[in-house]
Amino acid sequence: MIETRGLTKHFKDVRAVDGIDLTVAPGELVALLGPNGAGKSTTLRMLTTLIPPSSGTARVAGFDVVRQQREVRLRIGYIGQGNGAGHSQRGRDELISQGRAYGLSVRDARTRAGRLVDSLGLAEVADRRVSSLSGGQRRRLDIAMGLIHAPELLFLDEPSTGLDPQNRANLQEHILALRAEHETTIVLTTHYLDEADSMAERVIVIDHGRIVADDSPARLKAEHVGDRIVLGFDAETEAARAASTLAAYDPGREGTRLTITTQGAPRRVPGMLDDLRAAGHPAAEVEVIRPTLDDVFLKLTGRSLREGGAAQEPANSTDELVEV
Amino acid sequence: MTTLITDTRTVFSRELRPVLRDPFTIIFSMVQPLVFLALFAPLLPGADALQWFVPGIIVMSCLFASSMTGSNLLFEIQTGSHERMLVTPLRRPALLIGRALKEIVPMFAQAALIVAVCVPFGFRFNLAGALLGLVVLATFCIGLGALSYTLALAAKNQEWLFWTVQQTLIFPLLLLAGVLLPIENGPGWLRALAKGNPLSYVVDAERSLFNGDIWTSATVSGVVAAAAVAALGLWAGVRAMRRSD
Ligand SMILES: Nc1ncnc2c1ncn2[C@@H]1O[C@H](COP(=O)(O)OP(=O)(O)OP(=O)(O)O)[C@@H](O)[C@H]1O
Ligand SMILES: [Mg+2]
Repeated sequence: MIETRGLTKHFKDVRAVDGIDLTVAPGELVALLGPNGAGKSTTLRMLTTLIPPSSGTARVAGFDVVRQQREVRLRIGYIGQGNGAGHSQRGRDELISQGRAYGLSVRDARTRAGRLVDSLGLAEVADRRVSSLSGGQRRRLDIAMGLIHAPELLFLDEPSTGLDPQNRANLQEHILALRAEHETTIVLTTHYLDEADSMAERVIVIDHGRIVADDSPARLKAEHVGDRIVLGFDAETEAARAASTLAAYDPGREGTRLTITTQGAPRRVPGMLDDLRAAGHPAAEVEVIRPTLDDVFLKLTGRSLREGGAAQEPANSTDELVEV
Repeated sequence: MTTLITDTRTVFSRELRPVLRDPFTIIFSMVQPLVFLALFAPLLPGADALQWFVPGIIVMSCLFASSMTGSNLLFEIQTGSHERMLVTPLRRPALLIGRALKEIVPMFAQAALIVAVCVPFGFRFNLAGALLGLVVLATFCIGLGALSYTLALAAKNQEWLFWTVQQTLIFPLLLLAGVLLPIENGPGWLRALAKGNPLSYVVDAERSLFNGDIWTSATVSGVVAAAAVAALGLWAGVRAMRRSD
């Protein structure tokens, strides 16, 4: 569905996208993950024909994004980072004209608009001026616009930014349902790590315009970070002796605590506890820490991802990707 | 399926809809030139003043309106709705023509109003000629609107840049075409500049068409000038859309 070779975009001296090779098969749901300025939007903008690549090639839905723009545009949907709906327009009008732009008849456009308005919970605001909608309502309207022609391939640039948790969940459901129903191929970018984790079976981590990892969330975590087991003891001497008992796991000790990095931790912990008890220095407490995509990113790029969120994000989003 | 015409209609009706929902501003701007006309026409010498002046006023208001085509766009470039439209399969010229027509069509309603007001004061016109004149004018103004669109794309986030360039160009364009004041009595350099201004030919064509002199060389020159500006505007606009970041 998507095939790029050495896709690159320079803005003057900024290498926004720096040689991306990407293959996406029909029906996949792929999340592009990366900090601010990583090149996610620029990548999507090239794939959606908005900007020409500086070098490299991309075929989208079977057509070249430079030479066959119209063919590409007919087959894709795009929900950009900004507001697709004009602020002086009314939501339903915009939905209908968007449908008309894709060649739907007035009646079909109206029917589909009505259905999307209902399913995205916009019934009360669809006939108001877009400028009077809340950020979240506007975002849902944008999403409705991207879906009006039921495209085979859908690009979403930070679809859930600015939505409250309930609407985020709602949107995720909507996207997953769309996919189940129409086998839509979906490429989305997100700052929300949990979103990438729970929705995408494939996560592509982008940093400085390059792909630094590309795998399922589970394998990314297993491969790059692994689980951590933290064992607590009553005294440092016990911790030290426990460390030699568990030497095979190469534990790190910090005072009364041992930390072990491994895979499949939940299956290993009972055995470890048995060994420690048998050796005469049982653990006083145990914690299994499963990795998040945060940890993967930190490991891959050497840069911290800190909790909190970018300036425009709600303060309560605890698992968002931010460059420090 | 879509065609250039259905695409243009889609863009045009999208643009016009907010205006129709809130017609006050458009009504206000339609009355403006009437005031202008009332104050200016008595100053013109000769009995043929209206014959000369009315086509000029119609050209002027259409010119101003179409040169604003890019101004609404500036905001839509910032919010992202222009980007959203660029990703749709709408044909690029339709984006330009549809937006320009949204500015032009209300001005034609205004032209009808101006003519209706002036007829009791002795203005005479030929209907077929006038309609053909409006087609020529629309062609020119589509080109100008497309250039305004191009300017908005180039100015992007600097709104002041758009307005500065627009204002700097529109007045010389207007004055050097003999729209408001006759050029014939001006100095040689002024007449030379006017000769290089495509709008001069359009204005001349409008005057002779409104008068009913349809098959004249002025008409031919006007049609050629308008078509050239339209072609230039559409070419520049499509190119700018393809290249803009
Ligand atoms: N039109 C442009 N002109 C100049 N530089 C640009 C332009 N668009 C993007 N850039 C630069 O390219 C880099 C990548 O930007 P991009 O918008 O693709 O990042 P992103 O991963 O989408 O970030 P975010 O998470 O903040 O949306 C940034 O350094 C940005 O400043
Ligand atoms: Mg972005």
